[in-house]
Amino acid sequence: MDINDLRSIVTVVSLLTFLGVVWWAYGVKSNKKRFDEAAMLPFADEEADWAELGLDRNGQRKAS
Amino acid sequence: MSETQSTYNYKVVRQFAVMTVIWGIVGMLVGVIIAAQLVWPDLNLGFLHFGRLRPLHTNAVIFAFGGSALFATSYYVVQRTCHTRLLWDGLAAFTFWGWQAVIVLAAITLPLGITQGKEYAELEWPIDILITLVWVAYAVVFFGTIAKRKVTHIYVANWFYGGFILAVALLHVVNSAAIPVSLTKSYSAYAGVQDAMVQWWYGHNAVGFFLTAGFLGMMYYFVPKQAGRPVYSYRLSVVHFWALIFTYMWAGPHHLHYTALPDWTQSVGMLFSLILLAPSWGGMINGVMTLSGAWHKLRDDPILKFLITSLSFYGMSTFEGPMMAIKTVNALSHYTDWTVGHVHSGALGWVAMISIGSIYYLLPRLYGKPEMFSVRLITVHFWVATIGVVLYIASMWIAGVMQGLMWRAVNADGTLTYSFVESVKASYPFWAIRFVGGVLFLSGMLIMAYNMVKTIAGGRSVDDALVLQPAANHA
Repeated sequence: MDINDLRSIVTVVSLLTFLGVVWWAYGVKSNKKRFDEAAMLPFADEEADWAELGLDRNGQRKAS
Repeated sequence: MSETQSTYNYKVVRQFAVMTVIWGIVGMLVGVIIAAQLVWPDLNLGFLHFGRLRPLHTNAVIFAFGGSALFATSYYVVQRTCHTRLLWDGLAAFTFWGWQAVIVLAAITLPLGITQGKEYAELEWPIDILITLVWVAYAVVFFGTIAKRKVTHIYVANWFYGGFILAVALLHVVNSAAIPVSLTKSYSAYAGVQDAMVQWWYGHNAVGFFLTAGFLGMMYYFVPKQAGRPVYSYRLSVVHFWALIFTYMWAGPHHLHYTALPDWTQSVGMLFSLILLAPSWGGMINGVMTLSGAWHKLRDDPILKFLITSLSFYGMSTFEGPMMAIKTVNALSHYTDWTVGHVHSGALGWVAMISIGSIYYLLPRLYGKPEMFSVRLITVHFWVATIGVVLYIASMWIAGVMQGLMWRAVNADGTLTYSFVESVKASYPFWAIRFVGGVLFLSGMLIMAYNMVKTIAGGRSVDDALVLQPAANHA
């Protein structure tokens, strides 16, 4: 096999990989739920936020 | 439920956060000194001349300031988004003290001229080995913490931090491979153009992974937190991650345009640099659009100002970078101050500003205060820093384009129009403006240090933040 065939194959495989990632992110219906859940992870432990800021459980950030 | 009574390890986060500010001041001070040395050459005193101090500046700001910011934020984010304490307190402490030892050794050896001569990889082989040990420990702590997470998902910020840690390990080990001849001298394991290519594969990925991926991890946590809303598109962040890490690896050859590097390699580097615009801007837009519908918060929240302005500079420099990687543009820009301006638009505008914003977010939380000692001083810092960056990059653009045009100008008979020293002379006013920009940026860091000391005073070291079971919607 000519090395240029190999180069073409790598290019095509790379493009397909990229399209696969896009499909996985946008096309797979069941992923939507897990992504929505994951996106909320920074907000899943707000009690720790209050503890850090020296506020009680019902506390609100002083400046918002 | 015993796990819920465990606490987060904030000690190591605190240590790295405070050192971020201190090393920021040290590194930027050295930068201001070498900027002054260019304007007033008499300041090149003895062995503390530009050639010795410049690598000290780059190592201090990248690895001491940027590195400490990355350690601090990654240790904080991974604990908080995985709902678990950092894997191993002792090993985490080793990464702190080991990294500080690396920085101190760099500060001693570089001014003495002990160097491998590779840009951003100057440190000699014994220090390289220490870096490797610290880095392996970092990886164990970070990935170990992810492994014992209490939630199903690995938040996207951790993907970026993880990618940064793995890639930097690979880059460091490959590029630092050398044959030692004494304790303070070694020779690269590679020769000729291969050595140059390995170096700039390392060099550009140091930008891509150390100075970009890690800080994108910061973006994906601190921008949503400070804005109080989840990231604009989590799906975009998934594509952003994979596209960015795949593309960056191939962009290095643009540092070697018009050299002995084979032409096709230069073209590959140029092409991938151009492609890189897409994931870079995808990430930038994702960060900025997180504020969509809450733009008013930008008006009176200086921390958000830092975070969002940093993304604007990120967008600017990731547009400029691909343009400069085009060979015909590079023929003008390479070896001029344009490159220096480009780097600082990324380093001061993006890396430093997102770090400063994140550290301002962290400091009160690590010391049990509702907010920084003075929110007004954060605003002052923001404007001083922003004006400093703009002065810096604008002066370097003008100086760089001027230098490029002067060097390529030829008379009708084919002789050069200008001698090199004429371009140096013409650069002086812009180097003076750059010095002023640097002084402003450094002043901002001093304001931050004052604010930090006042915040810490009377605060308490928060070591009792409980690790809570994640909210109901998570397993």
